[in-house]
Amino acid sequence: MPSSSPSPVLHAGFANGTLTFVVDGPLDSNSTGAAWRQADRALHQNRPDAVVFDATRMTYADGAGVALYVHLRDRLFSDAIPFHARGLAGNFRLLLDEFPPDALEAPWRLRQPPSFFESVGRSTFSVLKDAAAQLAFTGELVVNLCRAMAHPRSVRWGDTWLVVERAGVNAFPIVALIGFLVGLILAFQAAIPMKQFGAELFIADLVGMSVIRELGPLMTAIILAGRSGSAFAAEIGTMSVNEEINALTTLGLPSARFLVVPKVLASLLLTPLLTVFTNLFGLLGGLLVMASLGFSPIAYLNELKVALHFGDIPSGLFKSLVFGLLVAGIGCLRGLQTGNGAAAVGESTTRAVVGGIVLIVLADGLFSITYYYLGI
Amino acid sequence: MCEAIIRVDSLTAAYDREVVIDDISFVINPGEVFVVLGGSGCGKSTLFKHLIGLYKPVAGTILIEGDDIARAEGDLRLRILRKIGVAYQSGALFGSMTLLQNIRLAMEEFTDLPDEAMTLLARMKLKLVGLGGFENYLPGEISGGMQKRAAIARAMALDPKILFLDEPSAGLDPVTSADLDALIKRLARTLGVTFVVVTHELPSIFAIADRVIMLDKRVKKIVAAGKPADLRDHSEDPRVRQFFNRESSV
Ligand SMILES: Nc1ncnc2c1ncn2[C@@H]1O[C@H](COP(=O)(O)OP(=O)(O)O)[C@@H](O)[C@H]1O
Ligand SMILES: [Mg+2]
Repeated sequence: MPSSSPSPVLHAGFANGTLTFVVDGPLDSNSTGAAWRQADRALHQNRPDAVVFDATRMTYADGAGVALYVHLRDRLFSDAIPFHARGLAGNFRLLLDEFPPDALEAPWRLRQPPSFFESVGRSTFSVLKDAAAQLAFTGELVVNLCRAMAHPRSVRWGDTWLVVERAGVNAFPIVALIGFLVGLILAFQAAIPMKQFGAELFIADLVGMSVIRELGPLMTAIILAGRSGSAFAAEIGTMSVNEEINALTTLGLPSARFLVVPKVLASLLLTPLLTVFTNLFGLLGGLLVMASLGFSPIAYLNELKVALHFGDIPSGLFKSLVFGLLVAGIGCLRGLQTGNGAAAVGESTTRAVVGGIVLIVLADGLFSITYYYLGI
Repeated sequence: MCEAIIRVDSLTAAYDREVVIDDISFVINPGEVFVVLGGSGCGKSTLFKHLIGLYKPVAGTILIEGDDIARAEGDLRLRILRKIGVAYQSGALFGSMTLLQNIRLAMEEFTDLPDEAMTLLARMKLKLVGLGGFENYLPGEISGGMQKRAAIARAMALDPKILFLDEPSAGLDPVTSADLDALIKRLARTLGVTFVVVTHELPSIFAIADRVIMLDKRVKKIVAAGKPADLRDHSEDPRVRQFFNRESSV
């Protein structure tokens, strides 16, 4: 917000083809804005043969005042109009000496927005490059996980348990809440049509099947992506900005072993566990609705037993295992890909969450098809 | 000498219960280059952050041209802040903006200069610190020493009366560091800017300082004050002697 402008300090007078600027008062960052516009206007209107800059009554000038002088001098120079100064104070001259004509070389690098074709090309290239990076990262991750299996003592278990605690134990309340609400909502939504056919008992089938086979693993994974995928990306991203990743690398400690393996291992451990809790609370939500419709818990449980096959539970848990791997993997990858600066960390975090959710849904689609043909 | 531009009275600074600076007083005169020195951990940065109003003193006052920076609020606080420019130890440039945008930011917010004027002015500031041509670089794309100079250019954006520099020459090569010292001297002379500089580089101290104060970690007070050459040649205090003679003892 510009501060309130004082009375004008620049007075322009035009006589015999000579434009005279008289500065009366201080020429500082408060007054120069108005003076600048005034000077430009006067030059434009009068088309002088010569210009005089009279600073006899200038009481004070800061960088902005000097900038105005430099601006006038260089502009008139390029128009081949003589420019004279009068009464420049000693320290004004001293500062002016820092900026002889042509002192300001042109910026070395121009930042122009790319053309349409260039940006299409760049986007295509970056999508392909990203696919390649994901593939390479997956390969590296698999190798590192295999190595971790072969040499369990090389794994940093301390870090791993810390991640289990932060991403798993601390996620328990939110996972329980979401699971419970999903079960509750599903049951309520189903209650309306089921009632028309007097088939309320089958709400149990619906809740049981959809929570255990589909929604439990899916919701857990999405919560994990939002809570922990983002945290992984932000943590590794900040380390990358601070050159901590470089420090690890030059110490001969590959970032994959130090940062990625503990996070991925922890996610592999905790996602199925969290999913069990989501399922449990989802079923509880269904139970509540059924109870409010007048069914006993025993009836609900019996119906669940009929509806669910033994294979449903492990197939859901296996899915969640894969989801956990994807979420942790993409979180770490985006973190490692972080560019420069604080904004880059934010971008990585976003990309981790979005990428995680997209991968979860894609994988879920693949699972549905596979399970269908396997008859699970 | 005329009225002090900064007056510190019985300042005590602490983190939680741990007192770092215990009841110190000093004044800084307009136009002088004032250097705060002392060993690492003696509270230089703590004092620095109190002077620029980031931390509030536990006791005592800090007056900038008569206004208490720690207790000022609203418009008054803004007016005090416009008198000072700060270059932080790490540079603290905004990473997602080019150098030109970093310097223009404050101008855009606080002046009504035309766009062209702000760009010219920002480029002149960069030129002053020897970064002409680097307008469109991001902080991440230039070296640490260049970032420090860019930070000084940003601190000068609104032509403050007082420039605060925290360890400006730390991490710079001797030539760049000497250039920076010359720049500080030149600005103090041409613009009449008052400099408050934290540093422990001896060559810098002798090149720029009109007056210094020396803090001590153990007693938490000022153990010496005056012209650097006087302290070097005449001080009896072993801590001061050790500080000024460490170069020769190496
Ligand atoms: N944020 C903080 N919280 C607690 N103690 C601090 C903090 N910052 C500095 N200190 C302590 O205050 C003392 C002075 O630190 P500092 O002002 O940074 O010293 P200098 O800049 O002279 O090296 C040190 O003992 C340091 O441990
Ligand atoms: Mg410090």
